Formats: sequence, structure tokens, C-alpha cells
Amino acid sequence: MTTSTALLSVCDVTRRFGSLRAVDGLSFDIAEGEIVGLLGPNGSGKTTMMNLVSGALKPDAGTIRLAGSDIAGLPPNRIARQGIARTFQLVRVLPSMNCLDNVKAGLGFGAQPTWGATADSKAEGLLERVGMAHRRLTLGKDLTYMDQKRLELARALALQPRLLLLDEWLAGLNPSELVEAIELLRKVRGEGVTMVMVEHVMDAIRSLCDRCVIMNAGAKIAEGMPAEALAEPEVVRAYLGDDADA
Amino acid sequence: MTMNSRSTLLGAVLLLAGVVGLALLPGFVGGYGLSMAINFLMFAILATSWAMFSGPSGYVSLATVAFFGIGAYTVAVLGEQLPWGAVLLLAAGIAFVVALLVGLSTLRLRGVYFVIFSFGLAELIRQVVNWYESTQAGSVGRYVFLDITQEQIVWQLTAVLALLFIVGWLIERSRVGFALRMIGDDETVALHCGVNITLIKVLVFSLSAAFMALVGAIVAPRWTYLDPSIAFNPNISFQVLIMALLGGARRLYGPLLGVIPMVLLFEYLSSNFPHLFSILLGITFLAIVYMVPHGVAGLIDSYVQRYRERFPGRRVGKNQQKESAL
Repeated sequence: MTTSTALLSVCDVTRRFGSLRAVDGLSFDIAEGEIVGLLGPNGSGKTTMMNLVSGALKPDAGTIRLAGSDIAGLPPNRIARQGIARTFQLVRVLPSMNCLDNVKAGLGFGAQPTWGATADSKAEGLLERVGMAHRRLTLGKDLTYMDQKRLELARALALQPRLLLLDEWLAGLNPSELVEAIELLRKVRGEGVTMVMVEHVMDAIRSLCDRCVIMNAGAKIAEGMPAEALAEPEVVRAYLGDDADA
Repeated sequence: MTMNSRSTLLGAVLLLAGVVGLALLPGFVGGYGLSMAINFLMFAILATSWAMFSGPSGYVSLATVAFFGIGAYTVAVLGEQLPWGAVLLLAAGIAFVVALLVGLSTLRLRGVYFVIFSFGLAELIRQVVNWYESTQAGSVGRYVFLDITQEQIVWQLTAVLALLFIVGWLIERSRVGFALRMIGDDETVALHCGVNITLIKVLVFSLSAAFMALVGAIVAPRWTYLDPSIAFNPNISFQVLIMALLGGARRLYGPLLGVIPMVLLFEYLSSNFPHLFSILLGITFLAIVYMVPHGVAGLIDSYVQRYRERFPGRRVGKNQQKESAL
């Protein structure tokens, strides 16, 4: 695709766990403003890939470039400062802090850290944006699951990311929450945030993603518009499984 | 905001009143009173500086006595050679550097591993000092003959406690303190929010170690005779831990609430049941962890939180009911 203008460029990245190649020579590009779905059956290496981009894991080989500069192997805090924010597969909020402080956690240490009164008003704005203004003083641990997800998103947005990684952010929501959550992501997308989302909820992928990268056994097996990519024979085989996928 | 500045003002007034009170105290009490005052102040500083790091970060350290002992031994070795101010600075400096080195290599350990490591560290330092004193210096014990009175010890400790409260207050309201709370809640989140967690942990750990060493140095002249089993007595680490937990380690003033009853209790136990002291110490520990896991300050906080949730002040009404029904 548009390699020269790619915001994120993953090139030949490999990560092993013992003898298992969780990610095996994977390459893909994400252009500025795009929403890309990272799909694949369980165990295909999607979360590992997210962890490699966010710095939670270091790749054994390959390069990961954010707007041209190599970030592969940097610690997560440096990567966060360069403009990559993430949510977690198992939602993580700061349990003993209230919602306002949870968002300030994202504001205080990013590329353009804010603190004090400015951070307070920005945090209020972000809580409003995700529909949680009324929960500002509630502790993270007292929130419902949906509200924790919203709070996590607000914290990630507080970093003013150039790239937002959503790791199964829609998982575990009931149908009405799902509608709400997709609406929220659409709003964020409207504000021009580039996103990579690992997701199993096909409705969300169809309605939100410009493009999909589909993985199986650590490698890319298809890439393209969601409807087309998902229809490719190898993808169908990977999901529905014949002898090839074990 | 106004509530914040009001509590800051209240804190400042209380601090000032405490300093004046303690500074005047030696004029009103006798030897026993002074010795109790020294105990209070010593444990107040140790527990507050312990909680400054361990409270927000959740890294439970049993190395308190390692730094306390470093301070005491700095006085025992150099007390007569250098001016007193220099000795104190050196004690704090040595502890800071030791904590820095230890922290860099071990603060990656989480939970119980860190607890055990910190305990081991204190024992290691004690044994090393023991070995050095008996094989290289010739005798296990040392005498500390310094012309420092009980009154002067009280005054110095008061000054250090005041300084500690100011430093602790500055840290608490700074981004460093906030980051430390994030680390205590979820280290992974802190890291992915851009926090340099190693730097923050090591910095505050070392700072708290410096204060612990200052206490050790200031109270050392009281002992006259010093050996590693006195200066590095592991009971001190446990006592400090219990006091901070009883008072509540997540608030700057919390440990103080634990120090006062505990010093009295320990005084009572050690004078009436000297042989059962360790057993009773353990029982006290169990009782506190079981009954007030977040300390007295934690109890106060949870009342405040409940009150705030019931009366959030603003942005309540229709909106809240509609959204919470979701």
C-alpha cells in the first residue's frame, strides 16, 4: 500500500515463545487516519502483535516504525510518549483511583504532559466524551464492566495518541452496550484517530474498519476490505478449520 | 480546589503547632518523658518515610532497619571525626546511594518476592557489618561518646519530622506521587501511560531510605554502646510496618495515627512481658491486618468517599439516573 506515508509500518516481525513462533515474519502498514482490524482465530498471534507494537513485548526480529522512526524493542513508556496508546484485552483501570484520576493518569506522562488545573478540565472533557461525566468521583473498582471499558478508552485518548490500539475492546458487552460502544468508536474515528483493533465482533469490523489484516499461526493470510478479506478461501479454512489448522 | 487549599492550610497549622509543641516539650518533661518523646519521633519518622514509598507503591519493604542501621553506624564510625552536620548528611547520602543501587536491581520484583528480598537485604547488611567488625575492626561493638543531650535529639528529630512532612506533601501532590499511586494500582497501566516506573520507584525508595538513615544517625548517641544486633535489629522493620499499617499507609498523616498507640503498646509490652515481646508483636500484627487492613486513615477515607458519592456536589440529577440505569 502507501508505504511512504504509513503511520505504522510493521516489517518482518517475529516473536518466539520457546519453540512457538507466535508472530512469524509479519508485515503490514497502517496509513494515517485508517481503522484496521487485526483478525484471526484464537491463538493466531493478534494480541502478541499488539504487545509488540505497544512495547509490552520485544520482537526477536524485524522492525516496527512509527512515522518513520523505529520503535521495536523500546520500553512501553517510551512508546507511549511517541504516541501509541492502548487498551487491554482484560480491561485494566486503576482500581483505587477515581475516574478523574484514571484519566489524568493518561494526561500526565504522555508526549505533551499536562498537570494541575489544565489536566482537571481536560480530564472532565474526556470523561464527557465517553459518556462518564457523572462518574467522575467513582473509584475504578466500583465501575460496571462497560464503564470500565469507557474509562480505559478515555485514558488512552488522554495520551493524544497518533495510533490507538484496541485489544478486543468490544468483547464481553451485551447487545445494547455493543451498539453504544460501536457508536462511541465511530465518534472517536470521526475525530481522526488512527486505530488498530483486534476484534471478534464481525458487525463492528464491517461497520468500522477500512481494512483488515487476517492472521493465522503468526502469519498474515489475507489483507484488504473486510468483506473481501473475510471471504478468501484460506481465511474461511483458518476459521472453520480443516486439517491445516491445528 | 477550595477544599484542597483548606486542608493544606489545616495541615500547615497542625505541623507548625506540632513543631512548636515538640520544641518546647523538653522544658516540661523529665528524663522518662524525653525518652518516650524520642521513641515517638523516631517511629513517626520511620513509619512516615516507610509509607511515603510503600504506601502508594504497594511495595512492602522490610529493609527499614537496614537504612536505620546504616545511619547509626555512620555515627559510630565517623561521629568523632567529622562535624555533626557532615555526619548526618553523610548518613543520609550513604543510605540514598545504597537504596539506589539496591532499588535498581530489585524493584523489578513484585509482591512477596520484594518483601522477602528486602528482609534478606537487611540481614545481609547486618551480617556483613558483623563480619567486618569482628574480623577486620577487632571487636563487634563500638562506643558512641558524643556530647549530644536527649533534648538535642528531640529537637533534631522534630526538625527531620517537619522536613519529612513537607517533602512528603510535595511528593504527594506532584506527578511523582501520582505516578507512584498508579504503580501501586497497576504497574502495566502506568508503564503504558508513559511513566518511567523504575525511575519513580527508585527515586522515592532512596529518598525514604535517606530519612530512615537520618533517624538512625540522630538517635545513635543515645545508645552509647552499639553493635550490629542493636543497630540492625529486624524487630524495628516489623514495628514500623505494623505502625504504618495500623495508621494507614496511603495517607501522609496515616502512620502517625498508628505510631502513637503502638509506641505506648510496645513500651507496655516490652517492660511487662520482655520474654514474650516477639510473640505479642506477631499477634498484634495479625490482629491489625485482619481488622483494619487499610488502617485508620483508610477507614476515614472510605467514609469520605461514601459521603462524596452520596452528595457529589455537582453534575447530579436526571442525567445520573438515566445513565446508571444502563
